[in-house]
Amino acid sequence: MNDEQDKTRRYWLDDRRNIDRLVYLLYGACAFLLIADFLYVKKVHFAFENWIGFYGWYGFCAYVFIVLSAKLWRRVVKRDEDYYERDTD
Amino acid sequence: MLGTFNPAFVLILGALLVPMLQGRPRELFMLALPVVGLMQLITLPNGDYGHWHVFEYTLTTLRIDSLSFCFGVVFFIAAFLGVLYALHVRDTLQHVAALIYAGAALGATFAGDLITLFIYWELTAISSVFLIWARRTERAYRSGVRYLVIQVGSGVILLAGVILHAHETGSITFENFGLNSFATGLIFIAFGIKCAFPFLHNWLQDAYPEATVSGTVILSAFTTKLAVYALARGFAGTEMLIYIGATMTAFPIFFAVIENDMRRVLSYSLNNQLGFMVAGIGVGTELAINGTVAHAFCHIIYKALLFMAMGAVLFRVGTIKASELGGLYKSMPWTAGFCIVGSMSISAFPLLSGFVSKSLILTAVAAEHYWGVWLVLLFASAGVLDHSGIKIPFFTFFAHDSGKRCAEAPGNMLWAMGLAAFLCIGLGVYPAPLYAILPYAVDYAPYTATHVITQLQLLLFSAMAFAILYRRGIYPPEIPGLNLDFDWVYRWLGRRMAAAIRVAVSGADGAVRRGAQRYCRRALAGLFRHHGPHGVLARTWPTGSMVLWVAVLLGMYLVFYYLR
Repeated sequence: MNDEQDKTRRYWLDDRRNIDRLVYLLYGACAFLLIADFLYVKKVHFAFENWIGFYGWYGFCAYVFIVLSAKLWRRVVKRDEDYYERDTD
Repeated sequence: MLGTFNPAFVLILGALLVPMLQGRPRELFMLALPVVGLMQLITLPNGDYGHWHVFEYTLTTLRIDSLSFCFGVVFFIAAFLGVLYALHVRDTLQHVAALIYAGAALGATFAGDLITLFIYWELTAISSVFLIWARRTERAYRSGVRYLVIQVGSGVILLAGVILHAHETGSITFENFGLNSFATGLIFIAFGIKCAFPFLHNWLQDAYPEATVSGTVILSAFTTKLAVYALARGFAGTEMLIYIGATMTAFPIFFAVIENDMRRVLSYSLNNQLGFMVAGIGVGTELAINGTVAHAFCHIIYKALLFMAMGAVLFRVGTIKASELGGLYKSMPWTAGFCIVGSMSISAFPLLSGFVSKSLILTAVAAEHYWGVWLVLLFASAGVLDHSGIKIPFFTFFAHDSGKRCAEAPGNMLWAMGLAAFLCIGLGVYPAPLYAILPYAVDYAPYTATHVITQLQLLLFSAMAFAILYRRGIYPPEIPGLNLDFDWVYRWLGRRMAAAIRVAVSGADGAVRRGAQRYCRRALAGLFRHHGPHGVLARTWPTGSMVLWVAVLLGMYLVFYYLR
């Protein structure tokens, strides 16, 4: 297969609707896992682990916090790619 | 098989024969070395071998016990994967350096005393730098020099600690000495440098992404895990390590999220994974040490797999910058698939290797009631999903199509990645053989309803957060750039301070020299005036005038004589 054919070929993921389907599948799985918390007895070390969906919302919040604070962090630490090379002799 | 021959020597001595072979025999020979070494290790019963007497000390160059055995096995596996991955490389230097480096790391692992440890410790530094320099660019050269200075520096600090320790205790045995004296403090710092403790970590993110395609794969396996082994051997149960480890899991995440060079993202991720192991060593219980060793074992394989996948992309596309990649699953489907296995392993998805090892550490931390540390480790687990679980495969192989089309990775690379992926899945599905070789008896079942469901909740809700943030355009875009880290202190500030000191010293030096020159010139001028060709004291006098002055003196004498 040459490059031109390859570039015009449509893949399953090129269809936006399929990506939406995957994302909804993920949301569905999350909903299922939340419900699953009611269906078994958790064996835990700390009392707060028994809060409904603790791992779910802790992961969600941690993730959002990481991404948003990293965005702010980028404003502080980002420089041009040749920052260190610029002043080498 | 070979008596009590040190398995590490199989690689080191074998490496010296590599330049004498060519083509297929060389490939087969290099692949055979780790296999023979591993078989030799397996056939050796636990015990101390290879005693050498040097002055009043007895060196134990080969100590096989449950801890060194476990690290030895995974180091041989990593060496095999690295050799297979680099089989297409036509650069003898890299093959020799990689094998000596792997052998040195194994030699250090099997060292029963601190002097042997020091020798191999330095050999890992010196042999591994060639994997960076082999890139043969100015940037790699400079990075390699910085790497070498820091690595050899770690060895020098280790040596100082060893000498003091031997002087204080009279013992050079490499055992659990704990952090209880200045000498052990020095040894601790030496280990900490190689383990990339916070503020001592930047050599890792600086050097690994600058090494060659196959060099980074080899580098990722040995140096830092040797340090983990050394800490587990010498400082298990040192509480400070729990907090150092927790810090290491958390802070690299923020750099990894915004880093553009994918191999540098993996280097930050490596740092974060080391944090879990260091925290486990700090807890120091049997469960925690088992967790650390198991996690090091699994980590070496999935991290090598991730570096292999990114190396394959760099090899085929010519860049590893996220801002220039995307849509590569169309050209490199196998690489993409293997990379996803590695990403899911490091994220600790059930049925993959990270799941069965990281949970041991988290459970050990919880069992000792370090709830704050436990929450940090859980937070870091969500972070791992971001930078290694999602960012690496998503922005390389999916996201927006960069339009780049290339060939799939070479066959030997695919085989190496395939084998690593197989091990990731194998260890995840059937962890019993791994648990069987851990230092202590394992009484732990990873696949309980609680563990599987809570872990899936953590991961899938984090993934949901990504989906929402990315689709709403909140997720930070991949853009070219460089992020300042602690190395700014020595690469920018230190450089400028050195320049300022140079200006100040050369200014003061110039002033002193000018003053001295002025004084000398004045002295010379004075001498010249008095003693020069026209100076009064140096003038030549005619004989006649002397006779005249003698006559005058005689005349005056006569006058005074008559006046008396």
